[in-house]
Amino acid sequence: MKAKFLVPLFIFLLLAGFLGYGLKLNPRELPSVLIDKPAPQFRLAQLSAPDVAIANADMRGQVWLLNVWASWCVACRQEHPVLNGFSRQKVVPLIGLNYKDGADDAKAWLREHGDPYDTSLVDADGRVGIDFGVYGVPETFLIDQAGVIRYKHIGPVTPEAVRDVLLPKIAELKRAG
Amino acid sequence: MIPELGHFSLILALVLAFVQAVVPLVGASRNRLALMAVGRPAAQGQFLFIVFSFGCLTWAFVTSDFSLQLAATNSHSETPLIYKITGVWGNHEGSLLLWAMSLSLWTVAVTVFSRNLPDVFMARVLGVLGCVSTGFLSFTLITSNPFDRLLPGAAQGRDLNPLLQDPGMIIHPPLLYMGYVGFSVAFAFAIAALLSGRMDAAWARWSRPWTTVAWVFLTSGIAVGSGWAYYELGWGGWWFWDPVENASFMPWLLGTALMHSLAVTEKRGAFRSWTVLLAIGAFSLSLMGTFLVRSGVLTSVHAFATDPARGLFILALLVLVIGVSLVLFAWRAPTLSGGGSFGLVSRESALLGNNVLLAVASGSVLLGTLYPLFIDALNLGKISVGPPYFETVFVPLMTPVIVLMMIGPFVRWKGDDGDRILRKVAPGLVASAALGLGLAFAIGHVSWRTVLGLSLAAWVLIGSIQILVQRIADRRGAAPGARLRSIPSSWWGMWLAHLGIGVFIIGVTMVGSLNTQIQVKMMPGDTAQLAGYTFTFRGVKDSPGANYAAARATLDVTRGDSKIATLNPEKRFYQAQQMPMTEASIDIGPFRDVYVNLGDQLEDGAWVVGLFYRPFISWIWLGCTLMALGGVFAAADRRYRRLAEREVPVGAAARQVA
Repeated sequence: MKAKFLVPLFIFLLLAGFLGYGLKLNPRELPSVLIDKPAPQFRLAQLSAPDVAIANADMRGQVWLLNVWASWCVACRQEHPVLNGFSRQKVVPLIGLNYKDGADDAKAWLREHGDPYDTSLVDADGRVGIDFGVYGVPETFLIDQAGVIRYKHIGPVTPEAVRDVLLPKIAELKRAG
Repeated sequence: MIPELGHFSLILALVLAFVQAVVPLVGASRNRLALMAVGRPAAQGQFLFIVFSFGCLTWAFVTSDFSLQLAATNSHSETPLIYKITGVWGNHEGSLLLWAMSLSLWTVAVTVFSRNLPDVFMARVLGVLGCVSTGFLSFTLITSNPFDRLLPGAAQGRDLNPLLQDPGMIIHPPLLYMGYVGFSVAFAFAIAALLSGRMDAAWARWSRPWTTVAWVFLTSGIAVGSGWAYYELGWGGWWFWDPVENASFMPWLLGTALMHSLAVTEKRGAFRSWTVLLAIGAFSLSLMGTFLVRSGVLTSVHAFATDPARGLFILALLVLVIGVSLVLFAWRAPTLSGGGSFGLVSRESALLGNNVLLAVASGSVLLGTLYPLFIDALNLGKISVGPPYFETVFVPLMTPVIVLMMIGPFVRWKGDDGDRILRKVAPGLVASAALGLGLAFAIGHVSWRTVLGLSLAAWVLIGSIQILVQRIADRRGAAPGARLRSIPSSWWGMWLAHLGIGVFIIGVTMVGSLNTQIQVKMMPGDTAQLAGYTFTFRGVKDSPGANYAAARATLDVTRGDSKIATLNPEKRFYQAQQMPMTEASIDIGPFRDVYVNLGDQLEDGAWVVGLFYRPFISWIWLGCTLMALGGVFAAADRRYRRLAEREVPVGAAARQVA
């Protein structure tokens, strides 16, 4: 048995090891290392008003949601009606983080699908997304009055996730605050 | 009752699969004909039971039996009949059953069409296919039983995902699965060859038509899927490098390499271990694609259900099937001697270059797809990989493949004169580079991508003409008509498929360079301009469907004074799933598509309308069609049948004569 013929087997076993580990990770339930840590510092322009920036401090004192989205993201289309419905309930502010996107594409996308966001922040180079540990788009962060990340939802937000997870957690945080 | 019959039938199919896996393999190793002969009836019986089981499941969907869990979650009594039927495979459990049914269909096809294989070889092929089938049927029955009951039954079903209620989704999954699973035949032939130590030209010749047919299915399946994404997702794109798309694209790339490598093994006896490795690799990537889609390791729009138990089961299956094959490969492959030798400038070298590049391309797609997972597993942070990565990696890898593609057919087997080849291809290369640059100026879009794309397309078209002329000139003496007729069908297949790539590149380049789109607010009577077309908004009417409510807009498209089309995009709302959908309306033309979708209604009564101009986009699918057609021609070559006949044992042939 010549060693070079074993190479494909080793490559495959390495790959299988990663895949097995990946099963354990399960991206939808991936616990973020940032949970219960202060949200990373950011200061970003708004999509609708490029000269007015928003920073962490502006959101202090209220519970809010940060939803990472992009016009190129297919799964965002799936969750968008859910977000539209959520924002009509006016429970907490919903801030969009427009991730690695073009401003014109993003605006057109919101015109077409509706704009559930109180405002969207422009993260064109993905810098803030990286600070937040964004794994893929869409992701949604729940942040409390003190600016601490309390929960992270990975993948499209479903009506069940809003009803069974987000709304109860928001209510709990509001009571605690 | 009927679902229980289906369930029972599936269990019987599993039993037969197990018999088909074990008995012929034992027979082959002990050289007992009686045991080997069990493979064929076991495979055919298994097929009947799976088809019956699939029929039972379909029956439950068609009759809206919502005491069946799967029907209750994926169907609705008001769903149109055709989508009740496609709902059977528009979910995890049903699509696994479809997978198993495709595998079984391929196995039966082998028992029917490859009757002249030596008994020992056939027994091993069927044994290997039986092993794969046993794995998948156990997976279906143990973790994903489609016949689970919901008691008491639901009054109404939750309906099929509206995205999947589309004509494209009727044929996309079956085609794709036939392609995916079809590589199992090439895989089984390779494993049987490793087991018997027989890896010669005959083995390659037996494998070739099977590989080609599987490739045709996969090509068509991917093309239909991309067409579906184009008009159903409603935003005018045709490929998104989504993990699930990549899962089907990787086996396609490796399968393409395999087809070419098999040609070398058949003609020259070279690359034998490499060909075997490609056959294992193409099927492994099909299995891995199934794993990626089914396990939820990567998030994607396509993922149906995520359940760690299922993921673990498929991973175990993957490790078992691929791991054992690769161990076998490491053990047996070194015994193969190199085969025919060849010079640096030769057909073999050209095909080797094509093979290596396609394999690397496939590897880079795999890397991009799994990269977020690797990085995360190694605790290096979290990243997402998007289209920019794939485009950056892919263009430089495919450019030499396409250049080489039109040089290869000029080069002789074994060894050729480099100067001779250069003299033949240099004028074409220079002309196509000039043509690409000229055309880019002519369409007013000079970027390196456009120039490169158009030059490559020109190169493929010029090369195709040149190859055809050369081929006809090579047969001196005969009349032109006779010369044309003497060209074998497999040659036409090669020619058409390569031409298809050129057509495909034109489509991709033109869409990439010249597409335009705008979003406009429109009131009835408003007009908008895009790419020389005038769109007049005539208003919106209610237009309810069977299981949805819809607003249907009417837009007149004119160019100058002539009327081009009336388009009716819809905004639908599917009641059962409470899900809005946009249904784009497209005027398809040979040189451009005009594409309209309907957005939301604003508070002042105006509608948001998306207008898209997509030049040459149908050429993308025309190119895929030519490729698939080329595959059909190649697989239909008389040679395969003639050689098969020649291998009929002497006794049988004598009986036929008598």
